[in-house]
Amino acid sequence: MYPARFEYHAPQSVDEALTILERYGDEGKVLAGGQSLIPLMKLRFASPRALVDINRIGGLDSIQEDNGFLSIGALVRHKDCERSDALKGRYGVLGDAAPQISDPIVRNLGTVVGSLAHADPQGDWGSALLAAGAQLEVASSGGTRTIPLDELFQGPFTTSLQPNEIATAVQIPDPGPSAGGTYLKLERKVGDFATVGVAVHVSLDNGKVGRAGIALTGVGPRNARATAAEESLAGAALDDDTITGAAQLAAEAAEPRSDHRGSADYKRSVVRVFVERGLRKAAETAQAT
Amino acid sequence: MTEAAVETGAFTRTVTATVNGTARSADVETRLLLVHFLRETLGLTGTHIGCDTTSCGACTVLLDGTPVKSCTVLAVQADGREITTVEGLAGAEGLSPVQEGFHEEHGLQCGFCTPGMMLTATALLAENPDPSEEDIRWAISGNICRCTGYQNIVKAVQYAAKKMATATA
Repeated sequence: MYPARFEYHAPQSVDEALTILERYGDEGKVLAGGQSLIPLMKLRFASPRALVDINRIGGLDSIQEDNGFLSIGALVRHKDCERSDALKGRYGVLGDAAPQISDPIVRNLGTVVGSLAHADPQGDWGSALLAAGAQLEVASSGGTRTIPLDELFQGPFTTSLQPNEIATAVQIPDPGPSAGGTYLKLERKVGDFATVGVAVHVSLDNGKVGRAGIALTGVGPRNARATAAEESLAGAALDDDTITGAAQLAAEAAEPRSDHRGSADYKRSVVRVFVERGLRKAAETAQAT
Repeated sequence: MTEAAVETGAFTRTVTATVNGTARSADVETRLLLVHFLRETLGLTGTHIGCDTTSCGACTVLLDGTPVKSCTVLAVQADGREITTVEGLAGAEGLSPVQEGFHEEHGLQCGFCTPGMMLTATALLAENPDPSEEDIRWAISGNICRCTGYQNIVKAVQYAAKKMATATA
């Protein structure tokens, strides 16, 4: 399979890339890892007039903490996250999600930020980063802005990113000294989409839940937060009753459909079990940090 | 040297890459995939096309030492970079340890996945010279084999690890 013809640009800086994007309007597309975009172009689901390959731009490939945020640059690959010590412990929801993305070879090229921009409703990063309360850092020739992830996903493969914008990083707010989380994914085989994915990210304040993030993959039309479950945890101690109650609320919030990966009832049940397990793991990590 | 002449224009680019240690250059269409660049432009047909959908890993090559699925990389993205294909594994002394392992342990049946499998194994051993069985199975989990059940592939990689350890001891 061949993609349709396109003009190819490999700019050396974000500014240069933005100038090129301006020129093409909605007919230009940013190429980062390419592990979703190139297959889409081969299938002719996407036929951009121009590709702006950002892989030769310096400074977009780091994971760093500053100004109260952990920032993951646009060229940070899944593999980099899998190996990053920064994404363990308090940011365990991210460190645990990374090795469950696709397969090891795809992880060598695919990027976290690209995955968010692609907005596959079954993407794992979308849930992990929604749970973590992340925001996207976006540049255009007019300046920069941030988009909270809650406002990024508009629907399947649709985001609020504009055609003249480049997502330069995803930023995760520092959850404080006592935090933990995990990403649990049920998949039939390596490389498959999640039958069910659950992201949990909790910060504790004097032993009580400060902020709780719970997001679900594969059980609705997009990555979605289980807000009722999150709210039930706020201010509570993470004991058995709270945990099972939140798990039940998350299962009720799921909108699974029966398909070749499992029945709706089964998926709902997995959500409940995963939220429970995830919260126990998060509590364990948060109390240890 | 220029391997193929393509009408130049907005949709073409010159790609110069070091392939198996040799500088190769060609004018190609921007939409040309790396796997077609290797197989058709350069005539290196050891890299196989399997699923053509980023799933099977048959087309795996090393890009600056890292395994990538060459059906999901554009040839223009390889400009200025180093590529290793199965044709580049053997050295002056003959088969590489990984190739020898696949031969000795019968790490293949039909052989279709073998080039990709050997490149993934080569990259694994470069990074982790003493992998556990689990490390090996994890590393090759993006390369699908429909014949062997993976048992002898794992043995082949273990053979190569041992051989390399003995050689450097």
